[in-house]
Amino acid sequence: MKLSFEEKRILEGNEGVARQKAMELLVKYGEALGAERLIETNNVCVSLSAGAYSRLKSPVSESDVDASFSRMYLDSEDPFEIPKAKVFTCRLIREMDPENWQIQGISPERHEMNLAAEKVCARIGMQLMHTCAPYLVGNVPVMGEHCAWIESSAVIYCNSVLGGRTNIEGMESATASMLVGRTPYWGYHVDENRWGTHLVEVEYQPESVMDWGLLGYYVGEIVQEHVPVINGIIKAPNIARLKHHGAAAASSGGVEMYHVVGFTPEAHSVKQAFGKNKPKMKLKYGKAERKKAYDNLTSAKDENVDFIMLGCPHYTLEEVWNAAKLLEGRRIHDNVNLWIFTPHALKTIADQAGLTDTIAKAGAVLMTDTCPCISHVQPKNVKTAATDSAKHAHYMPAILGFPTWFGSQKDCIEAAITGKWRGELK
Amino acid sequence: MKKIILRGRKVAGGCAEGEALVTKDTISGWGGIDAMKGTITERRHELKDQSFKDKVLVFPGMKGSSGTSMAFHATRLMSTAPKALIFNDMTTKAALSAVLLHAPAITELDKNPLEVIKTGDWVKVDADNGIVEITRK
Repeated sequence: MKLSFEEKRILEGNEGVARQKAMELLVKYGEALGAERLIETNNVCVSLSAGAYSRLKSPVSESDVDASFSRMYLDSEDPFEIPKAKVFTCRLIREMDPENWQIQGISPERHEMNLAAEKVCARIGMQLMHTCAPYLVGNVPVMGEHCAWIESSAVIYCNSVLGGRTNIEGMESATASMLVGRTPYWGYHVDENRWGTHLVEVEYQPESVMDWGLLGYYVGEIVQEHVPVINGIIKAPNIARLKHHGAAAASSGGVEMYHVVGFTPEAHSVKQAFGKNKPKMKLKYGKAERKKAYDNLTSAKDENVDFIMLGCPHYTLEEVWNAAKLLEGRRIHDNVNLWIFTPHALKTIADQAGLTDTIAKAGAVLMTDTCPCISHVQPKNVKTAATDSAKHAHYMPAILGFPTWFGSQKDCIEAAITGKWRGELK
Repeated sequence: MKKIILRGRKVAGGCAEGEALVTKDTISGWGGIDAMKGTITERRHELKDQSFKDKVLVFPGMKGSSGTSMAFHATRLMSTAPKALIFNDMTTKAALSAVLLHAPAITELDKNPLEVIKTGDWVKVDADNGIVEITRK
């Protein structure tokens, strides 16, 4: 790989061992990809966390966290202190709700470990956004901005909806980018890789948030890691719809970018969306395809549900508001736990608007900072779950081990109130 | 015993050999494998509940969440990792996982490894020279 003078200096250790390790990792990673060079970035999203696989033991000191971070994220056998972030970096989703961690079943030791990790992240200058949806709370890349983000659902939103440019980074590569301000010039940073590959002719118009998730789940499974161009959409979607669509497509396949002709910024026309590419495949999305996605998302059989999860990716304020309206003046079933997830910054607004209170009065909890699959948190003795997220319906059975129903927000909230799943594809 | 040679591009260097485990399904690290056990856990995956520990894993590519590289990194720390990787489609997840596994990895082979290699074949991966040697039992 061709390196600049400054990059070579960092690789030689002139800015200390941590940045040297970071540059080494980016060079190895770039060479594995087949990239010719690195490019500058000033927008990094990563989730440094002391929990997973770190073998930390209580009590946890700051230097323990540094050692764990250097081993887990910078692939170093020798521990060192993590220096300050060189470029603007947001800390994404973490392992616990800072207020409701006990309800989530987090042990005091794990709580303490999380606080220690948080302290180190703040010390090195990370912005503690603690969400999988940074674009909901102020990190909104502009067209053409080179980023280094983790989180498949955020990456696909950045590339497709905003026109920012990022690959799906891993914790390790994004940590390295934070320390040296570089990322491999490869994949979605390059114009021609952003052009469409598969044409999807929509015969069934997606309307609801659930519909957009089904469309994404169906298309993702077929196109895998390619770039679908969705053609024929009549009505403009919104943030919640495209957020759900992308998260679904990134779960069933490996989609990192899609186009919706007439609605996303690099697809004013089918021609623009495909650039110099010819469609590799044309597929249609009609009623039967929608039904197939719905059936594939359902892993539950028992109509008795005891856990409802809403807010993956983290809810927008509009979604929180909709949930609060459905719950207002009602009470969820004694056997059911209803957890709703949103970014902490948005919960501050929900608190002021009285939404958090409405949700609490119904017996549900508005949570922040994490989600069940990321942190393996769940209510006790869950037998059957339900969710309005295609991504969580996809991952919950594999990660948390319980069968899951998939449906609309309304289906899920009705199930929370009655304890019975009555959702169906209408 | 019949030997077949394939040639490709080094993703991560090194040399290793072992029994092949072949799948036509893509692999997701986060939510797709159990790093503690070294098994595939994805619900509709053809290798569900099968172990890749010490195997030469032959697969189309890696998909899904950005937690993939960490999950494979963890298999190395837990000693449940595959011995080598052979795959077709390059993604950031596959590249980073290969780097963190410290295991040899090869892509862009001259024939489709998913068709040439069968589960149970003995496979030698010389990533530094871009050579895969397959021995059918």
